[in-house]
Amino acid sequence: MADDRPDRDNRPSPEALLRQAGEEGRARLKIFLGAAPGVGKTYEILMQGRQRRLDGADAVIGVVETHGRIETDLLTKSFEAIPKRRLPYKGRVLAEMDLDAILQRKPKLVLVDELAHTNAPGSRHPKRHMDVEEILANGIDVYTTLNVQHLESLNDVVAQITGVRVRETVPDSILDRADDVELVDLTSEDLIQRLKEGKVYLPEQAERAIRSYFKPGNLTALRELALRRTAQRVDAQMVDYMRAHAIQGPWEASERVLVCVSDRPGGAALVRYARRLADRLRASWTAIYVETSRAQRLTEEERDRVAAALRLAEQLGGQSVTVPAAATADGVIDYAHANNCTHIVVSTRQRSRWFEFLRSSLAHEVIRRAGDVSVHVVPERHAENAADDSSVKPRLRISGNFDFGAYGGSTAMVTAALLLGLALQRTLGISDIALVFLTAVLASAVTYGLWPALFASFVSVLAYNFFFLPPLYTFTIADPANVLALIVFAIIAIIASNLTGRVRLQALAARRRAKMTEDLYLFSRKLAGVIQLDDLLWATAHQIAQMLNVRVVLLLPAGETIEVRAGFPPEDTLDDADLAAAKWTWQHAQAAGRGADTLPGAKRLFLPMKTGRGTVGVIGLDSDSAGPILSPDQRRLLDALSDQAALAVERINLVVDVERTRLTAETERLRNALLTSISHDLRTPLASILGSATSLRTYRKSLDDKAQEELARTIQEEAERLNRFIANLLDMTRLESGAVQSRNELVDVGDVVGSALQRATNVLTQHKIQLNIDAGVPMAQGDPVLLEQTLFNLLDNAAKYTPTGTTITLLARGNDGRVELQVSDEGAGLPNDARERIFDKFYRVHAADSQRAGTGLGLAICRGFVEAMGGTITATNRADGKGAVFTIILQASKPTPTLAEFTT
Amino acid sequence: MNATSKRLTILVVDDEQSIRRLLRTSLEAQRYNVVEAHDGEAALNLTSHNVIDVCVLDLGLPRMDGFEVIEKLRASGSAVPIIVLSSRADEVGKVRALDLGADDYITKPFGVDELLARVRTALRHRLQEEGERPIFKSKNLSVDLVGRIVQVHGEEVKLTPREYDLLRLLITHAGKVMTHRSILHELWGSEADVQYLRVLMRSLRQKIEEDPAQPRLITTEQGVGYRLNVDD
Repeated sequence: MADDRPDRDNRPSPEALLRQAGEEGRARLKIFLGAAPGVGKTYEILMQGRQRRLDGADAVIGVVETHGRIETDLLTKSFEAIPKRRLPYKGRVLAEMDLDAILQRKPKLVLVDELAHTNAPGSRHPKRHMDVEEILANGIDVYTTLNVQHLESLNDVVAQITGVRVRETVPDSILDRADDVELVDLTSEDLIQRLKEGKVYLPEQAERAIRSYFKPGNLTALRELALRRTAQRVDAQMVDYMRAHAIQGPWEASERVLVCVSDRPGGAALVRYARRLADRLRASWTAIYVETSRAQRLTEEERDRVAAALRLAEQLGGQSVTVPAAATADGVIDYAHANNCTHIVVSTRQRSRWFEFLRSSLAHEVIRRAGDVSVHVVPERHAENAADDSSVKPRLRISGNFDFGAYGGSTAMVTAALLLGLALQRTLGISDIALVFLTAVLASAVTYGLWPALFASFVSVLAYNFFFLPPLYTFTIADPANVLALIVFAIIAIIASNLTGRVRLQALAARRRAKMTEDLYLFSRKLAGVIQLDDLLWATAHQIAQMLNVRVVLLLPAGETIEVRAGFPPEDTLDDADLAAAKWTWQHAQAAGRGADTLPGAKRLFLPMKTGRGTVGVIGLDSDSAGPILSPDQRRLLDALSDQAALAVERINLVVDVERTRLTAETERLRNALLTSISHDLRTPLASILGSATSLRTYRKSLDDKAQEELARTIQEEAERLNRFIANLLDMTRLESGAVQSRNELVDVGDVVGSALQRATNVLTQHKIQLNIDAGVPMAQGDPVLLEQTLFNLLDNAAKYTPTGTTITLLARGNDGRVELQVSDEGAGLPNDARERIFDKFYRVHAADSQRAGTGLGLAICRGFVEAMGGTITATNRADGKGAVFTIILQASKPTPTLAEFTT
Repeated sequence: MNATSKRLTILVVDDEQSIRRLLRTSLEAQRYNVVEAHDGEAALNLTSHNVIDVCVLDLGLPRMDGFEVIEKLRASGSAVPIIVLSSRADEVGKVRALDLGADDYITKPFGVDELLARVRTALRHRLQEEGERPIFKSKNLSVDLVGRIVQVHGEEVKLTPREYDLLRLLITHAGKVMTHRSILHELWGSEADVQYLRVLMRSLRQKIEEDPAQPRLITTEQGVGYRLNVDD
């Protein structure tokens, strides 16, 4: 950082400033760190909590274990304590801190004893420190206590010192996150004294404790650890402060630690070592696993070990990566160089000189090629964790998945070679026949892998000896030269099997990777083409289920809650525990459920689908196999799938948003048109009416009869026009609200034409009407009231837009099971592009002719009514001259046989 | 009509004062006596204490609506002709009012001439109840109700029995609208469908109308029923 940082002119470091800014205003965590139980941590948080109370802060007890100590007990009495939650577990009732009650109570400060405590099964989080994190996230300050042996990174060291491995650990990150760490210190002698006085444990317990754990030597070492850890933190704080205030200091160059984990036991210790190293160097660190061809042959235990080591690295605040490479050393060195790592940590196995000579160890290889990177070689500790190792079985897997087909096939190949050898015996030499057998061994290695090939080698050696090496048909060999030949043959066969088998595995791995890459590519192509959300979700669920071999549900938000939208296999429903975990994941954008830190009791593991803009949904996974649902590899694959799906979901959501915006804009346009139309069409006749009426009242005496008549007629005509306009508006409203329903009766078209003409008498005074009603026109299927209104609107329309004195023709005829009604005029006709749009709301053929009394509603109503009757209406131009033709087509009714009897 | 000897009284029931004022002015100009009521209660009160010749009733009244007023009036045994004021798109309301016992309807907004024609028709029926005229005449149609002879332009036309029944029914209610239901009930009993009536009406019109496509004698009130027009 010394060289590449531009802050030589004493500007504050932005990162340090950001870190400080982020800490302001958020809830504060204070940890009281002690070297051992009994140093007085609980007493201390109660004292300091009381001080805060006296200062006016709302401080309550979340959980405090007094272990019957009287002073402590008395102190707790002055606090409000949140009652504990009682959880039934295996016939007993366990009391745990009630997280929800604390969050609901929402005090300023809550005292939580024993940070490293493990919660009873069925709690929301498995560990108390996770509860504390949630409390802090809700803006509540926390005072808590912690013994140094519970710190994850010191776990090994403490175990070494005391000989006791502590199971309850907390990640170091929580110590780093703490705003204050206060060391509660007591000399070893004082502590032992307190123990003896029975202030820590009951007397008989105390005696046992002093003999085993509380030995002066142990206590001194633990005390030193606690002091050192606190000093380290204070140091880090000081560095931050100095950087934030641009105080020059002796900064180290930026360091990076790379730790190489393997499938061997002891990975956890190695990772913890790297964490401590990185801490001391104040460096970032990464755990790397190199996937070589060997990775395909790992046992389940070995895989789990790799996954556990990588997971531990992430828990301890490091990164984890998996890289493929031909050899472990290649992968490590390449990654270290590409990422400017300054330290590499590898473990080494104690092996014989002979083995080292044959196969160079990883440590040697790395050291040889590391260049200027420091290499830390840590001895592998077999006894590190007895529990870890107990499950490891020897790596002989032949019995694990014995494939009879493969061995049978190998035998067949050797048999073929034998037959061929027998056939060619006369022409070939004995040593050449060995090559025929070698071919069979190679073929079986390529086809079935290492073990069947080794089996084939063995069978070949026997067959070669039995059938070809004299004395024939015995397993004895007479000629020493042949003994040598057979040994050479055996060695070649074994080496060839080994090499070919390895090549085959690599080819298989490469093929699998290629398939995976191709699947991912196809998946992204598929997503790009999907338009419907449901299709997308289904495709995603299917893909994940197929690639990871798990059961999948996808949940999307629905209002306040979240619900299953797709699943593979389908029709999956969630129980309450799963739904709660899914909701948690949705709200906090963090994993929850099986195998996660939150609500581990759920059946499924839920993971958020995230994009840059937030969480779009939740993926729920579930499989039949026990243990973690996903390996780190699968997790990364899932992340890739989930990211793609999340982006696609977001894309579709955006499309919906855009469409909604467009619709809103369209509605807005229509509303504006409506307002313009209404204000114009209402005001014009009203102006005429009001003007005429006031004239009549004010100037009646000075007006002659003709003028009075003129004004009265204007009032009448304009009122009628207003009436028609309002009628249209009402009809349109009825149509749009879905209130128009056709009665679906028999309609006598001639009758309807008559009544429509009668109603339109006033508007048709300036036009001639020609009727052309076919005598045999059948009854139509529809609603006479709607049809009459439709005809009236068409007649009104024709009268309005054609010159006075022209003829309007009405035609009605039956036509192949349908009834056709036509209204033709002798006007200017319709422009071609207007024939369809003319039925749109507020559409006028000539935008400028708003002085014509049209509302742009009449024809829209016609279409609405005709379609309600199950008919069609179209607009065309006359074939026999100028003018427009509106054609209504309705279904003709089927003749009723009994009609005649009723009507005669 | 002998206007000087006895003025006929018309009751106007409407909650809108502007409508009542319009009707009072127009009707008084025609020498009718006008009484007003602004709601159903007042209307029922007035009919029970006064001699009313015609009632013009708005359907949309506050508290007690027009339908209820009709029901109560008819239940009380009153036979006063009722003309209902209704809105345009409300065919169902019109039919219901007529079936409850209203005599006729007029759609708002209306011209005064139209209203006066309805009032005259209603009054004529009230007077006619006492004795039926044997010969009915309207436009070119003349029907001898005793001899069952139907003539158009002085020439006899042959009607089927059903057609004659329909025509005779309309003549009895000449000038008033008759709902489909009431016609069906009179002609066939209550089971028949309105489509039979449509078919029958078409054949009747072809025989008695000059231009069946533009009927003048029997006009259709779409969605409500038929009206036989009379010469004023």
